[in-house]
Amino acid sequence: MNYNWDWGILLQSPNAALLVEGVAWTLGVTALSWTIALAVGSVVGLTRSLAWAPGRIAATAFVEVFRNVPPLVQLFLWFFVFPEVVPDQVGLWIKRDLPLPEVTTSVVCIGLFSAARVAEQVRAGIELVRARLLPAALATGLRPTQAYRLVVLPVAMRSIIGPLTSELLIATKMSSIGLTIGVLELTAQSQRIANDTFHGFEAYGAATVSYLVIGLAITGVMHLLAVWLRVPGLQAA
Amino acid sequence: MGSLDFSVVWTNLGFLGNGLALSALLVVVSSVGGMILGGGLAALRLSRHRILRLPAGAYVTVIRSVPLILVLFWFYFMLPLWTGHTIGALPSALIAYVMFEAAFYCEIIRAGVRAVPPGQSMAAAATGLRPWQMMRLVVLPQALVAMEPLLVNQVVILFQDTALVYVVALRDFLTAASVIASRDDRPVELYGFVAVVYFVICLAGSQLAGRRRGEVIQ
Repeated sequence: MNYNWDWGILLQSPNAALLVEGVAWTLGVTALSWTIALAVGSVVGLTRSLAWAPGRIAATAFVEVFRNVPPLVQLFLWFFVFPEVVPDQVGLWIKRDLPLPEVTTSVVCIGLFSAARVAEQVRAGIELVRARLLPAALATGLRPTQAYRLVVLPVAMRSIIGPLTSELLIATKMSSIGLTIGVLELTAQSQRIANDTFHGFEAYGAATVSYLVIGLAITGVMHLLAVWLRVPGLQAA
Repeated sequence: MGSLDFSVVWTNLGFLGNGLALSALLVVVSSVGGMILGGGLAALRLSRHRILRLPAGAYVTVIRSVPLILVLFWFYFMLPLWTGHTIGALPSALIAYVMFEAAFYCEIIRAGVRAVPPGQSMAAAATGLRPWQMMRLVVLPQALVAMEPLLVNQVVILFQDTALVYVVALRDFLTAASVIASRDDRPVELYGFVAVVYFVICLAGSQLAGRRRGEVIQ
């Protein structure tokens, strides 16, 4: 193999700036889509675990649709199809005035895809702790909503921090699909540097190391969160 | 928006069918190749020897930390350098998928083997089976039952992931649809059709995995 190594290429202008920008977009898209995933996923997961049939059916449909269509297809649906099928005024606004259209679309797409996965974890967490805790909470005189808000949900959410960490890591990697519609995240930037400089090993190597570091950092932060949220004497399962 | 006209789907059904066939080829080759290579990696990761365990563990960790698109770019760039001549997009994508999936199958297989109670292999050893026989006749059959739903689930995820060959311009199902969608300016019909087909196939697959999981737990 004949290859001319030059790691210095990464520090040359504009490559270093491109990589930093790529990391920033990857982290930004991940953080925003994760906010959507956690908010929507918690509501959907809770609704799916309840006895109220219409809510349960709607929540199940949401989970199955968003889990069973490939994320890249969903991205194209949001980007190319959604503006065409909404009322004309809304479609025009999306096409003309939506700020950062590629980034916004990616955030919504990855957010809702991850929401479906988070919902399944939330439901599993609730079902794991509810059988034991709900009767006890109701016996102390709490109303059902209070029992969920004060007892079942806090314990259930603590019990799924591990699986949620995996979902967060999946969402981080998934932010790379944004490059197909023009988001200049980490993978896109590394490909650009590889094409510009013909130094693919260095460019893709830098991206690979960055993803490893981001993944380790997320795992570390979530571990700290789990320690910080731990309730003495409480075992979830 | 203009009125919908789904005839564009029917007139291009052959082209879309070829795309779906390529997606199917990717799924079959990468799941079979991934399971074989993943089984090898799992054997290394379960080994008593640190010199076998560590490199396999490092490989699995790195692959699982990076996006599949980046792995596709890696192999697309690296294979011609290694082999010294140009390699088509399809062989390079197939190799990338096999190498990527192997890491995930490795973890499923490893978890399945570890889920078999240690008493089983002790009992097998006591009956005089050699280590390889013990693995083949006692541990693996039980592990396979435990991991089957996860293996099916991984095939569904893999099928969804095949859409990502879009980035190396291979004409899989999604890419075929996008070609027609932009040529005939019919994104709603084409992407809508593609989404429904993916949904039906993946839903069937995950229902199968879910039902198998129910049976395993019983």
